[in-house]
Amino acid sequence: MTLTSLMPVLPELVVIVGAMALLMLGVFKGEDSTPLVEAGALLVLAVTLVLIVMQPAAPVEMFGGSIVVDAFSRFFKVLILIGAAAALIMSAPFWSNHKLNRFEFSIVVLLSVAGMMVMVSARDLISLYLGIELMSLSLYVIAAIDRENLRSTEAGLKYFVLGALSSGMLLYGASLIYGFTGTISFAGIAAAAKSPSIGLIFGIVFLFAGLAFKVSAVPFHMWTPDVYEGAPTPVTAFFAAAPKVAAMALFARVAITSFPAIALQWQQIVVFIAIASMVLGAFAAIGQRNIKRLMAYSSIGHVGYALVGLAPGTATGVSGVLIYMSIYLAMTLGTFACIIAMRRDGGQVEEIDQLAGLARTQPAMAFVLAALLFSLAGIPPLAGFFAKFYVFLAAVEGKFYTLAVIGVLASVVGAYYYLRIVKIIYIDEPVARFLPMPKPVAAVLFLSGAFTILFFVYPAPLVAAANAAAKSLF
Amino acid sequence: MATWPILSVTTFLPLVGALFILLLRGEDEAVKRNARWVALWTTVITFVISIFLVTGFDKGNPGFQFVEDHPWLGGSIRYKMGVDGISLPFVILITFLMPIAIIAGWHAIEKRVKEYLVLFLLLETLMVGTFSALDIVLFYVFFEGGLIPMFLIIGVWGGARRVYASFKFFLYTLAGSVLMLLAIMAMYFQAGTTDIVKLLTYGFPRGMQTWLWLAFLASFAVKLPMWPVHTWLPDAHVEAPTAGSVILAAVLLKMGGYGFLRFSLPMFPHASELFAPMMFFLSVVAIIYTSLVALMQEDIKKLIAYSSVAHMGFVTLGIFTFSNEGVQAGVFQMVSHGIVSGALFLCVGVVYDRMHTREIAAYGGLVNRMPIYAAVFMVFTLANVGLPGTSGFVGELLALLAAFKANTWVAVFATTGVILSAAYALWLYRRVVFGALEKDSLKSITDLNGREIVILAPLVILTILFGFWPAPVLDMSASAVANLVAQTKAALAPAKAALLGVQ
Repeated sequence: MTLTSLMPVLPELVVIVGAMALLMLGVFKGEDSTPLVEAGALLVLAVTLVLIVMQPAAPVEMFGGSIVVDAFSRFFKVLILIGAAAALIMSAPFWSNHKLNRFEFSIVVLLSVAGMMVMVSARDLISLYLGIELMSLSLYVIAAIDRENLRSTEAGLKYFVLGALSSGMLLYGASLIYGFTGTISFAGIAAAAKSPSIGLIFGIVFLFAGLAFKVSAVPFHMWTPDVYEGAPTPVTAFFAAAPKVAAMALFARVAITSFPAIALQWQQIVVFIAIASMVLGAFAAIGQRNIKRLMAYSSIGHVGYALVGLAPGTATGVSGVLIYMSIYLAMTLGTFACIIAMRRDGGQVEEIDQLAGLARTQPAMAFVLAALLFSLAGIPPLAGFFAKFYVFLAAVEGKFYTLAVIGVLASVVGAYYYLRIVKIIYIDEPVARFLPMPKPVAAVLFLSGAFTILFFVYPAPLVAAANAAAKSLF
Repeated sequence: MATWPILSVTTFLPLVGALFILLLRGEDEAVKRNARWVALWTTVITFVISIFLVTGFDKGNPGFQFVEDHPWLGGSIRYKMGVDGISLPFVILITFLMPIAIIAGWHAIEKRVKEYLVLFLLLETLMVGTFSALDIVLFYVFFEGGLIPMFLIIGVWGGARRVYASFKFFLYTLAGSVLMLLAIMAMYFQAGTTDIVKLLTYGFPRGMQTWLWLAFLASFAVKLPMWPVHTWLPDAHVEAPTAGSVILAAVLLKMGGYGFLRFSLPMFPHASELFAPMMFFLSVVAIIYTSLVALMQEDIKKLIAYSSVAHMGFVTLGIFTFSNEGVQAGVFQMVSHGIVSGALFLCVGVVYDRMHTREIAAYGGLVNRMPIYAAVFMVFTLANVGLPGTSGFVGELLALLAAFKANTWVAVFATTGVILSAAYALWLYRRVVFGALEKDSLKSITDLNGREIVILAPLVILTILFGFWPAPVLDMSASAVANLVAQTKAALAPAKAALLGVQ
């Protein structure tokens, strides 16, 4: 193997080597180096992004077929890098406000990014597991990064214990699948799994349970509200964005490429968890007072919608999932930028009621936040509508009418709690102002707001890219 | 034909004005004043531009005109705009009413003026877009997008129970519309296109038509609104600020009727025929029941809101007769109701601005101090009743004629609605305007000022003009309506022939 043959995984190598170099820098220079390490991490992410965009379009297999670099994985890698970079950018002012100078944060984020990049490229069960674990272990650490804070450590511990359980299930499912098909590569499994045997079905159920945990789909969602609430806000912003996107990509690739012949079997599972997630996300969010908890339930709902696109198992559907996750990423990052900016002299506030009258105290932030909320609710002409449009389009094409009808009705219920926040922002009497928004947070909010509001003007590039990426799975 | 994209300019010019208002900076009073003038000029210029649509419109051509077609979402979902004789009257109605709505809120809206005007201009863009979209997905985007500004207009500038009303309005309408969205997707996969022009001639399988028709009904019935899903309307109307009520009554309700004409009837003729008896029944119930409910109201706006539901009953009645007169009646009744009900809400706004109450009992004897107001209010009350010589008469007469041909009993019951409308409208007028001026609070009330005369005068003129000479609207829509009716009948003919053959 020559060095040039490693070119397709150069982006991953850059991230890992970059993380190691920055770790050494941080260790030698101490806590003061935090801004430097963060700048370095952003640089690494930017370089990686450029490298990925410049990669040739043709799919390349690596390491005996366990890793593949195709349009699908490149699409998701771009999303992951954007999500991670935005979370890093937003975190800096938060850490300095809270006197939490931990250079490790940037490095652990880089490591989790490496894990996610392996996940979206994985083409066998080993690399799938490796990617998931690299990502998850990093996430457990940063959930508890505010280690003197009881809630943060609780979040980290809870996430770790439940995450370990789900990893166990996933591993169990993977070994069952290996046992009944005799191969670990997705293509091999597809060739071997021509008919549904009991063992294989068990394997799929366990595997999907593990994956459902990672995307926080019902009934494996219990960790989400607690972890979202407990973790420091920039960490939550990161959790809600990049890892979810990566896990959804993996979910789609495993389901589509490994089990095409027994689609009927896994589709039932996906339909069930999609419906359960949409409905639970819609109803459970109504009673929430804490905005991070509300966003947790909202993200559960959104995963449900994305799974609606996966359920038909068609190229239209996968393309819908891709579009959904891209738009979801933008909306989530913007919303969390607002949550990070909810800061008064007394510190961070997280109650939804604290947003009261924001339209009069900070009209610009209120305008963008309201647009993001309407978009999350799926109201045209905002981006969130097109996200839902494409997944439901796939469901209707696949004749999953019941799923589609339940889905759109759940979105009406879901609209209620987003509207409630808009009402608090625009209609209620103002409480005190928030402190001025830090520049980096404002930049993220501006970009995500602009994307969400103006998406309808020129949607064709994203749609075309998603279609091209989805084709590489079929 | 114009070479510039006149329809897109009409649609998006208000949005440009809205952006301009957003950028206004400076001291508070100056910003308010400038924002109002920018909004007024934007809407006036939009109206002037929309006049070009009328002058350039070929009345003899039943097809779509001023068509613009550009790629948009990729695939067959395109940005396609165009108007025909059915949609053009509504476009003009919107652009005509918008300056009036802006002036109506000139002094009444004092808080957060900038946001208020931005939302109104945004709403105008979405409304014009709804009526001129020729791609069904594009139509949905405009149709549904209108919820956002209206939610905020009711919620922020509305009356005491505004939050409840705005939520009810939003969720009701959204719940109806999402099912239509699924139907749109199903049509896309069946026909392979979202182009309304192609869908109009596609001919969906009969079994599918039923489901699609019902899904569209869910949306349009809520929007129109039809009994029994009308309950959001009185709340929304009562709580909305005056200009919001005007736009809601004059334009947003018409989207439902327009939807029936544009989609349900020509695209699903068999289902329309199948469900026509149900539609007749619902229309008649709406006409009689809501008229009776209107009789019992103590709130002026609520009374007018219920009368709107009754009037929309005539629209559905006319449309589902599948006859030239009936469909023409539907179009004309909608335009006329747009003018008349908008004007009635403006009239309520006039006294509300002075007294800050909408209770009928709080008024009485206004004629003594407000003679001009009494005269103006009289014109619109009579138009609401459907007195000959006002625009309200033409639509109701045509609808009843068409209904009489289709089903005598339906016509008989619907005609009682005309009598009931006279009862509630005249009774309202008597209680508010006539009698002795006894209440102390009313002793110093002033008559219409110049601004109010300016906004009500064109509406008075149009109401009477269309009453005597309805030709401008009827001619504009004639060929498109004839085409629609002919196509619907042609689609139904083979089925009928087959049925006769079997017998």
